[in-house]
Amino acid sequence: MELILAVTIGVLFAAAAYLLLRRSIVKMILGIVVMSQAVNLLILTAGGLTSGAVPFVEAGQTGLSPAAADPLPQALILTAIVISFGVLAFTLAMSLRADQTVGTDDLDAMKGTDE
Amino acid sequence: MGPLVPCLLIPFAAAIACLLCWRRPSAHHAITVLGMGLFLAAAIRLFLAVDAGGVVAVNIGNWPAPFGITLVADLTAAIMVVVTAIIGLAVAVYSIADIDRGRLQFGYCIFFNLMLMGVTGAFLTGDIFNMFVWFEVMLISSFVLMTLGGERAQMEGAIKYVVLNLISSALFLAACGILYGKTGTLNLADLAIRTKAMMQPELLTVTAMMFLVAFGLKAGIFPLFFWLPASYHTPPVAVSAVFAGLLTKVGVYALVRVFTLIFVGDTPFTHGLLLVLAGLTMVSGVLGAVSQFDFRRLLSFHIVSQIGYMVLGLALFTQWALAGTVFYLFHHILVKTNLFLISGITRRKSGTFDLRQMGGLYAAAPWLALLFFIPAMSLGGIPPLSGFFAKFAIVKASLMGDTMFPAGAPVLAAIALAVGLLTLFSMTKIWNEAFWKAPPGERRPEPIARPWLLYAPVVALAALTVGIGLAPSFFFDIALRAADQLLNPGAYIQAVMRTN
Repeated sequence: MELILAVTIGVLFAAAAYLLLRRSIVKMILGIVVMSQAVNLLILTAGGLTSGAVPFVEAGQTGLSPAAADPLPQALILTAIVISFGVLAFTLAMSLRADQTVGTDDLDAMKGTDE
Repeated sequence: MGPLVPCLLIPFAAAIACLLCWRRPSAHHAITVLGMGLFLAAAIRLFLAVDAGGVVAVNIGNWPAPFGITLVADLTAAIMVVVTAIIGLAVAVYSIADIDRGRLQFGYCIFFNLMLMGVTGAFLTGDIFNMFVWFEVMLISSFVLMTLGGERAQMEGAIKYVVLNLISSALFLAACGILYGKTGTLNLADLAIRTKAMMQPELLTVTAMMFLVAFGLKAGIFPLFFWLPASYHTPPVAVSAVFAGLLTKVGVYALVRVFTLIFVGDTPFTHGLLLVLAGLTMVSGVLGAVSQFDFRRLLSFHIVSQIGYMVLGLALFTQWALAGTVFYLFHHILVKTNLFLISGITRRKSGTFDLRQMGGLYAAAPWLALLFFIPAMSLGGIPPLSGFFAKFAIVKASLMGDTMFPAGAPVLAAIALAVGLLTLFSMTKIWNEAFWKAPPGERRPEPIARPWLLYAPVVALAALTVGIGLAPSFFFDIALRAADQLLNPGAYIQAVMRTN
């Protein structure tokens, strides 16, 4: 399972890098989205994969059994998803505004301030 | 309530108060200035508490460390919070005259307060994942401040700024995940304990490099700085002043934090790499600066060059060198913000940011020329101003011979001195072009409604620069003790782990 996920993460990062290097702003934003998903999968995998052991405290116990899955990586991912969702909304609004003021989707045309 | 929590609550409360009077934007400035004043008082209280009683730590929600959310302040963090509050107050006053009504109506003050909360949170957090969250608070507010107004130049600069910072955040998050996978903790103090106990600390070096790239992008070190001079000159002057002062320095602070607390197992490689990067950052920044003719772009390249000095202090990793870094941090934030604020006044006096089209400002406004002269000479490292002592400490540390790099450090000292000379050269260029030469054409000054609002923060920051220069031993003594805490993190770890 780790191997499949590791390959998936690698492919996602590669796809994200390719999209980020495109000249179109929309594709660049898609690259950011793919990259944040790759990072989420990376956290899940790096935190250790455990199958079939939900992190619930059994009745009568005071703590998790050692075999239970670690809930913390999932909490991290949840936080990261919420943040990336907000950031995505902002970047979409920004690209709309950029398209209205600059009049192009081409990043190479945005050199007005570079002299 | 302890001294830590108010430093975060006050800017947050000010932002909420501004939101509550959304329909009365004229009240926003008053709330922000009041909030920043209270924030400064809280920050000074925090500094005095840390200065008197050592490291202060608190676990939010009463969960014991390393499980709870830890806030912690050692001397370095406390100094940074005080400087943040000073800059917050200065720019809040400047904004009253600088920010137009449209930007104010769309929540300029709200995001200004939230960004300062994010910066403060990043300085005070004791948990690497929370540092990521505070970075995001700071970034999303800075994105809004950068794009607010939606001018063409702003949008072009903002796209570069936003995308590069998001890539850096993704790397930071990935590095957090891998670090957690290796150590099983995210608390900085707990991380320090567990990495020290690791059998093969070299295995952490790859993770350390991910943090170096993530924080290096934010700090603007070579070769990751190119977004900075492409974006910092586009928003209104008040915004670019607070960005220039604080945001890159959060990246430097994060580098200092992880490379003194966690990644100290493989210092010949990690700190050796920092040493090389510091030299390249200094040189490439200053060479970019000398070729510029836009006031704010020139200053932006100087941010990059000065970041190199701070990273050099971290790389040398002795008490004198780290003290130099801390001293450099607070000197640089005050001076750089001040220079950006002055660039706003010169634009109003001459109608342009282009140095070639300026001129004659010394005749038109001699007092402004003097006010520019103080931070400019301080940046160039002329005694007795603050910049001289900052550079002196770093250069002395690299020549002392007790560093890990007895062969490389003197070379870096020579580079630092040469870069200082070039810095002075580009400051004289601004002086000649903007103040000294005869104006090339008709000047088109804009009327300034309440000039004292623009001048008061500039005068205050210049006075602080002179003050640091007049009593350097007082400030350097604090920096030396801060460096001692960074080199010997025992007190930091103890303060975090025993609190509950």
